[in-house]
Amino acid sequence: MIPVEAEPDVLRLPPFRYHRPGTVAEAVALMGEHAGNAMFVAGGTDLIPNMKHRLFEPGHLVALKGIGELRGIREDAGHLRIGASETLTSVATHLDVLRSFPALADAASHVAGPQLRNAGTIGGNLCLDTRCTYYNQTEFWREALGYCLKKDGTVCHVTKVGKKCVAAHSADTPPVLMTLDAVATLVGPEGVREVPVRDFFVTDGILNTLRGPGEIVTEVRIPLVSAQKKQAYAKLRQRKSIDFPLLTVAIAADIEGDGTVRSIEGVVTALGSRPRVLSGWGDTAEGHKLDDGIINELAQRAHKQCHPLENITVDPEWRRAMVPVYVRRALEKLGAA
Amino acid sequence: MSVNERKSQSDLKLIGTSRRKIEGLDKSTGRAVYTDDIVLPGMLHGKILRSPHPHARILSIDTSEAAALPGVHGVITGRDMPRVYGIIPWTPDEYPLCVDRVRYVGDGVAAVAAIDEDTAIRALALIRVEYEELPAFLDPHAALAADGSSPYVHDAKKDGWNGNITKRVHLEFGEVDGLMDASDVLVEDNYFFEGTTHTPIEPHCAIGLWQAGGGFQDADGATTGKLTVWSSTQVPHYLHRELSQVLGVDQAHVRVLQPLVGGAFGGKSEPFDLEFCVAKLSMVTGRPVKILYTREEVFYAHRGRHPFHMHYRTGATTDGKLTSVDAKILLDGGAYASFGLVTAYYSGQLLCAPYAMPAYRFDSTRVYTNKPACGPKRGHGSVQPRFAFEVQMDRLAEKLDLDPIEFRRRNFIGSDTRTINELRITSNGFLECLDAVERASGWRDRFRKLPFGRGLGIAGSTYISGTNYPIYPNEMPQSAVQMQIDRSGRVAVFSGASEIGQGCDSLVASIAAEELGVPLDYVRVMRGDTDFTPVDLGAYSSRVTFMLGNAAIDAATKLRKMVQEAVAAKWEVNPTEVLLAGGMAMWSSDTERQMPIKDAFNIAESMFGALGSMGSYNTPKDVHGEYRGATIGASPAYSFTAHVAEVEVDVESGMVEVKKIWVAHDCGRALNPILVEGQMEGSAYMGFGEALMEEQVYKDADHGRAGLLNAPSLLDYRIPTSLDTPELEALIVESIDPEGPYGAKEAGEGPLHPSIPAIANAIYDAIGVRMTRLPFSAPSVWKKIAEARTADTLRKPLVPAGDGTLTDNPARTAPAGAR
Repeated sequence: MIPVEAEPDVLRLPPFRYHRPGTVAEAVALMGEHAGNAMFVAGGTDLIPNMKHRLFEPGHLVALKGIGELRGIREDAGHLRIGASETLTSVATHLDVLRSFPALADAASHVAGPQLRNAGTIGGNLCLDTRCTYYNQTEFWREALGYCLKKDGTVCHVTKVGKKCVAAHSADTPPVLMTLDAVATLVGPEGVREVPVRDFFVTDGILNTLRGPGEIVTEVRIPLVSAQKKQAYAKLRQRKSIDFPLLTVAIAADIEGDGTVRSIEGVVTALGSRPRVLSGWGDTAEGHKLDDGIINELAQRAHKQCHPLENITVDPEWRRAMVPVYVRRALEKLGAA
Repeated sequence: MSVNERKSQSDLKLIGTSRRKIEGLDKSTGRAVYTDDIVLPGMLHGKILRSPHPHARILSIDTSEAAALPGVHGVITGRDMPRVYGIIPWTPDEYPLCVDRVRYVGDGVAAVAAIDEDTAIRALALIRVEYEELPAFLDPHAALAADGSSPYVHDAKKDGWNGNITKRVHLEFGEVDGLMDASDVLVEDNYFFEGTTHTPIEPHCAIGLWQAGGGFQDADGATTGKLTVWSSTQVPHYLHRELSQVLGVDQAHVRVLQPLVGGAFGGKSEPFDLEFCVAKLSMVTGRPVKILYTREEVFYAHRGRHPFHMHYRTGATTDGKLTSVDAKILLDGGAYASFGLVTAYYSGQLLCAPYAMPAYRFDSTRVYTNKPACGPKRGHGSVQPRFAFEVQMDRLAEKLDLDPIEFRRRNFIGSDTRTINELRITSNGFLECLDAVERASGWRDRFRKLPFGRGLGIAGSTYISGTNYPIYPNEMPQSAVQMQIDRSGRVAVFSGASEIGQGCDSLVASIAAEELGVPLDYVRVMRGDTDFTPVDLGAYSSRVTFMLGNAAIDAATKLRKMVQEAVAAKWEVNPTEVLLAGGMAMWSSDTERQMPIKDAFNIAESMFGALGSMGSYNTPKDVHGEYRGATIGASPAYSFTAHVAEVEVDVESGMVEVKKIWVAHDCGRALNPILVEGQMEGSAYMGFGEALMEEQVYKDADHGRAGLLNAPSLLDYRIPTSLDTPELEALIVESIDPEGPYGAKEAGEGPLHPSIPAIANAIYDAIGVRMTRLPFSAPSVWKKIAEARTADTLRKPLVPAGDGTLTDNPARTAPAGAR
């Protein structure tokens, strides 16, 4: 047991037992041993505050940071493999990432602040819990509210009707990984499976990924052919550091030498409970150059598809209006890349 | 003591030079001791149960299960401390813990002391409170319009009164209506200042220690004990008094200690529930008890800036002179009075400089609402009206086709004068402040001439250097200092002032070193212990440098004269010819004739006996009018400030980036320029944060639950990061005040005021959009831009010609280029 600190700690963690396995197999076994009462922790930058808010109270934490297999960024068999425990700082500054996938480095460098990026990991960012103004609050606050659908309650205070949690997917890197055709490797009691990041998320604010509770994301790999794509990332937030996104835009496109778009994909997030792949972009842009007309058309298409809710306490009308603005800015950045 | 008894100002050695804070190294290395660093043997940890309802009656509280939990040593409720208190003696309306009614989500109801925090938290969950919910007042207009059909936030003092009204102030000076009607131009509008909170980095913390027996007796001779409370307060003296009154312990048996404080900004300037609870819990358990607020509790404790709903009418003549000012203000006070009576006065009283107003009226009403109580925050009560008024000034200048700096100059009130509300103004460096920011910002070449989207704005302000009167009426000094000299050459200073980061320990040390000629590291400061240090009223109203400084000069001068006399006797020279400086005593006629200061001190001790002195300061009493309320806003001196802000507005997103703020401040004399610059920059930063992002707001019935604080955390209550913060350039102006210590006035609060209107006026210069509601967050600016687009007013304003003709702006780009 972690000794109970004698000194006040401002907001207390619930008590838990901390395990430090040395291998993925040990970690999976430990999780099996304490099934239903254990969680994995890597950087802890998401989980620990959530535990202090009593959103999770696992009796056991299985630490992933001491597992060597989960580290390393290297090229292998046509992919760039990024160990899930690599920190966001490491992803943001690694030369291979910067050279081949600048939008990913850009996204990683926009997560929170420097200290949190030194602790937070790429695997953790992929598995980041969804966020909502009625959820990311203390136990006292949520009790005064009467709790919510995502945790301990029955009502969604955002939609007021409906039985679906609409907490916002708020991670910076997954939209970029999606546009780069990245694949996540998961290891669990049932063995190993590979899930394209594009398919990793589901429309359920309570638990918005396919990862089972006993599974570890061990690696994210990006096909090196994706490095040929032009990439761009844009993030809307109130401050220049710390803040979760109010809107994230990731775009990757195959563009011929003369500027003709061969293929293009845009993903936005921080609006609903999973990242949204913008539809109809191929029809609009393929075979054309990214001139102002096409850019505006793509931006308008994005606008039509996005309807942010008040899961974040920033005016949804404004957030919606920012979709075409930030999509256009990302497209202009991409054109200049 | 008159000024001419003081050390000649041209002889100043240390004063006026930039020096590190004496506690700076401890703070930067982590050695500094804050309240939460203190651990006492056998110490218990306390926690406070808080109301989940914005307004409810407490029907019953059952603490038996909590008390029975192993590890719990004591449980108390409001019934254990049923004595009402309030920082302002005329408006007591608070109990340490609620007795029969809770008035906001977060109001304290019960407290426990246990062997550790976790046990205390578990115990809170076992306390059963039965509530009867009451309708809550969340909107101040509704609170004002209440008819008693549901219980007021506080019961009305008389039948037929609206119990939701804390205070109404209506004051009128000069022919307001007549002069308004005779004005050539009028500007009238509504303004709204959203509430903000202080966000000190150190959460409130207190430790109580009750030592029963020990020969301490109450008035009837019964054996009692001694109460010691350590607290992160900024008003140890007032806490001392309130602890005594509420807990019924002889004030002589109460000791308050103030360790270093990690930021306060007005948010720790009255007693809070935790201080009473640690004291009472220690009395109940016989062991020391500590309570440290969570960040969420800091937000509930609040006492931050009131939301102000303001209406201003301002008139001027064609030659650019103000005629009449008419203000109506509704203050949203939250659940308790706090300093609200003063806030209501300050909302009007502090507007009457630096511009001369021939006529002025204000009508301010503070109402209670079921939200955490508002109180004083840096620039108490006058930051909100200053925002509205300086925007009004900008609009008048535009209507008059005058440069807004020129318009302000034309209305300068001057020095050695009285304001329309009869406050005495002495030194006044406001014109120099205007000159400094005009020059430094390149105003003449750039105002109205920067490209579309980029703009400059000006604003000015004034603030008090301490309130002229203490919170409880008395004739005693406002500040006092004791000094004693050791045979080693060391000087010990006993100071009751509150070091909250502003540098008052460094101030008294440097005054002792200056006056007695010892090196700075020969001075020790013992501060903040009501058993041993003389009374200073606290760190509020920008009073400390002014009043403590004068008290320290008084104490040090008395000692200096003794040393001079003793050395003079030995050398057979005139005492005024003995200089004390640089660790030596010297003869002014031949500085080769000298002795180490230690020897000089020893000679003096031989002549006079042990060397010690007391110094004190009290304010002059002829600095205000005779009308009711005239003393509120009165100060022995006023500081003056001018800012120019430069902004860039992204008209697509509404995002405002403040590029730079030039801050010119008349601080009288900069006793330690680097600390003055720090206060100026910190103030401008704080105002900038309020301008762009800060808002203490609440959920309503459509959003979860009415009365819940929207974001009681530092993630979602946004203050600017270092990356968001503009370049800040501090321009010190020295007017050498006749009353201030070495001519100094305040610098801690005044420089905040113009930040907000300067930014608002800069946004107007950038895109022609007037911001009248705070904060200027991207969504709100974006909406105003959309309105301006519809009205076809989104453009650079015209350049003022100053002769009544508007000239077209060479930089006036049609915003068509911008999407």
